[in-house]
Amino acid sequence: MKSLRLPAALAALVMVASACSGEGGEGGSGGYPRDETLYTVGTSWGPPVNWNPIMRGQYAVGTMGLAYEPLFHYDAEEGDYVPWLAESDEWPAEDTHVITLRDGMTWSDGEPIVAQDVVTTLEIGQLDVSYSNIWNFIEDVEATDDLEVTVTFSDTRPQEWMNWAYSHGIVPDHIWGEKSQEEITDDTNSDPVGSGPYLYETHADDRMVWKRNDDWWGTEALGLEMKPTYIVDIVVESNEASMNLVRSGDVDISNNFLPGIDQVIDGEEITSYYDGPPFMQSANTAWLVLNHEHEALGDVEFRRALAHAINMDQIVEGPYSNLVEAASPTGLLPQWDDFIDHDLVEAQGYSYNPDEAVAILEEAGYMDENGDGYVETPDGEPISLTLEVPSGWTDWMESASVIADNAQDVGINIEATYPDFNLLVDNRNDGDFDMVVNNERQLSNTPWTYYDYLFQLPLRDQQTTVNFGRYENEEAWDLVQELATVPADDTEGAAEITSRIQEIQLAELPAIPLWYNGLWSQQNNSVWTNWPSESGYHGYAAMWDGWFEIGAIHTLAEIELAE
Amino acid sequence: MWRYMGRKLGFYGLTFVIAVTINWMIPRFMPGDPVRSMLNRASISDPEALERMTTYYNEVFGLDTPLHQQYFAFWAGLFRGDLGVSVWLYPEPVTDIILRHVPYTLGLLIPAIVLSWIVGNHFGAFAARGKVLDNTLLPVGYVLTATPYMWMALLLLWALGVMGGFFPTAGGYGFALTPSWSWPFFLNLVTHWFLPFLSMFIVGLGGWAIGMRNMIIYELEADYSNYLQALGAPRRLIRRYAFRNAMLPQITGLAVQLGTIIAGALLTEIVFTYPGLGTLILRSLNNNDLFLLQGIFLFVVIGVLIANFIIDIIYVLVDPRTRVQMTGGSS
Repeated sequence: MKSLRLPAALAALVMVASACSGEGGEGGSGGYPRDETLYTVGTSWGPPVNWNPIMRGQYAVGTMGLAYEPLFHYDAEEGDYVPWLAESDEWPAEDTHVITLRDGMTWSDGEPIVAQDVVTTLEIGQLDVSYSNIWNFIEDVEATDDLEVTVTFSDTRPQEWMNWAYSHGIVPDHIWGEKSQEEITDDTNSDPVGSGPYLYETHADDRMVWKRNDDWWGTEALGLEMKPTYIVDIVVESNEASMNLVRSGDVDISNNFLPGIDQVIDGEEITSYYDGPPFMQSANTAWLVLNHEHEALGDVEFRRALAHAINMDQIVEGPYSNLVEAASPTGLLPQWDDFIDHDLVEAQGYSYNPDEAVAILEEAGYMDENGDGYVETPDGEPISLTLEVPSGWTDWMESASVIADNAQDVGINIEATYPDFNLLVDNRNDGDFDMVVNNERQLSNTPWTYYDYLFQLPLRDQQTTVNFGRYENEEAWDLVQELATVPADDTEGAAEITSRIQEIQLAELPAIPLWYNGLWSQQNNSVWTNWPSESGYHGYAAMWDGWFEIGAIHTLAEIELAE
Repeated sequence: MWRYMGRKLGFYGLTFVIAVTINWMIPRFMPGDPVRSMLNRASISDPEALERMTTYYNEVFGLDTPLHQQYFAFWAGLFRGDLGVSVWLYPEPVTDIILRHVPYTLGLLIPAIVLSWIVGNHFGAFAARGKVLDNTLLPVGYVLTATPYMWMALLLLWALGVMGGFFPTAGGYGFALTPSWSWPFFLNLVTHWFLPFLSMFIVGLGGWAIGMRNMIIYELEADYSNYLQALGAPRRLIRRYAFRNAMLPQITGLAVQLGTIIAGALLTEIVFTYPGLGTLILRSLNNNDLFLLQGIFLFVVIGVLIANFIIDIIYVLVDPRTRVQMTGGSS
């Protein structure tokens, strides 16, 4: 019986192991009591290693928003700027913006927050960092008082400027003031001194832990009391792991796209913003970006035919099982309804109509002469296009294949391919592609960000953030620049310009708006409740970069412990 | 004996140099520019800033020097234990990142492989003895080895983790804990370790058991067994000899398994979100972090070579034929 001893020992081990976990290996003996901790997942795809707010795209979740804060927030529901570190601001002249900071705010190391901090933050932009472009229109920035900053513009672009002002964190001068380019680029800032409601607590490869800053200025000044003492942001590899964590209640909120979540949302334990389709709020637009340097794609008639060929309902109902909504032909998000010229959309918009697509192609001279089932150019050259989406982005992959099928039905030969993400980005930036799906810009303070994305000129060898399709239209770009100069609170003035831009956009179709990607957010209500919802308060439950500043920070103050 | 060892060492040394060279070459001649994908993430729109930062990072990663210099710098770094800086987790050194993940992988795989090997061999040998056991164990073993690992792991995760709630479903230790030298933390570590371990153990078990059972039956039918039986030797003695002989291929098998240890962990770690090297491989691939990938592969290569070397030594001890070869006794 010698050989059975080991299995018996193993069986004993199983029992011991399961007994331990039964006792409550999670929480019971833990450092972060369950009822004081908010567990989140779905925003980080790698270990937290960087807390440097200047290095966009590299820092840990919460660096911006929880630790560092901007001058203003933007209330996307109301369309208002909310003074944040700033107490008030005014425009004494057209090219001058005077911002007054709140009195009595301190950094987490106890130093006061002063005007010089804002000056330093802006001046870092003169080095090579992600926001260097603001110095294209800023002339000078000066601390005119302890708490007063005066920004003068060489080219007044309030929409663009306010976009910076609400989306970039202010850093303390006494720490960042003397840093050189190398120090700013390479500093991981592992002991972040910020102004925000949370402080760095600890991190490991699969988690980032923030602890509430009980001396936060906002508790008194804004009356916002952050409920969770700790926020633990968890890094997982797969959607399945996220789904398991949410279902088991180990995690309170998940911010990734979970296929099949519509089956799990029950409105009781697991909730999202809406109880029924589309379940999620709209966060950004997925565009079909077309390379205008391609012969056929450069032809507006061909683009129009393609736009008519795509059956968005099939994508929404199929790959997304109604978790998203089809985009307006303008591509603008529902939150920007004031900026959409509905009469124009009525008259000039397009919808799914394969017969129309075929008719447009025929009229423009795209015929199938060689009988292979696909049209050729008017010169008789065969057309074969690829639509690239990143490998592993399953929702986009399935959608791309629907688009390819739709296009083939009207005789346009499109094949969906799924290259590696980094390769796709390289090719996209170099203009070495036919078509890609892209959602680079998301909800912001102004549709200017979308039009900047669609129309920005001049074209460069590498288009790293905007106008990947290399569409050239001076008239449209002039209008976009004009939009940037509209005073930040002048909605009507802005709408007038956006209407003129939409006229060009709908006639020219530089890129085809597809659907609104959701603000993927599902919550388990077993520990924390009162999440933003259709019937509750209208906020955002998102830890994504950029969302704290458009209202998501309030969610941390609004949530309550479950009974 | 020493000549044998010397020859082996020379062979391993040569393998190492070739492996390191190939390892160095692959990322450099693969398409894709790590510096560019790093800058892509930073969303820098200003073209001049982009250009200056590209130059800067190329210098940081030593990509601005001629290839042969990069090669020698790589070797020099290797002997200092310096594998460069990660692109994805910039500016963390590759060595630090790997060392942080290694304990999880080794802690998971060595027990899983060794225990499944020991238990599997005993079960297999045991099964070869009796008809009833053979008839029950054999099908179970075949089912276990034929089960796609992924499916088995997901099944365990679903049954014991999600549905049963006996074990946590993700992570290396509880999300509510900070590492410390305490019982609660250790127990927590064990609960997180258990499911991934169990999944590997069960699948490994089947393979070893079947292998051993077949080997024993083969050995029991070999000439020497029949001869011993004819001489009237006790059955126990015959079985002992058969077991010893059957062990040899199993030891080789163990060496191969231990060598490919990291690759074996890949799926397990992904399914259970276990923070070991397998997860790291996947992530560095997804993030185009060639330097990190290179470091991990180097680590794997060294692991394979060491495992094989140890097995070589063990072979000398357990297999008389190798000893004979060493003294030049065989033709």
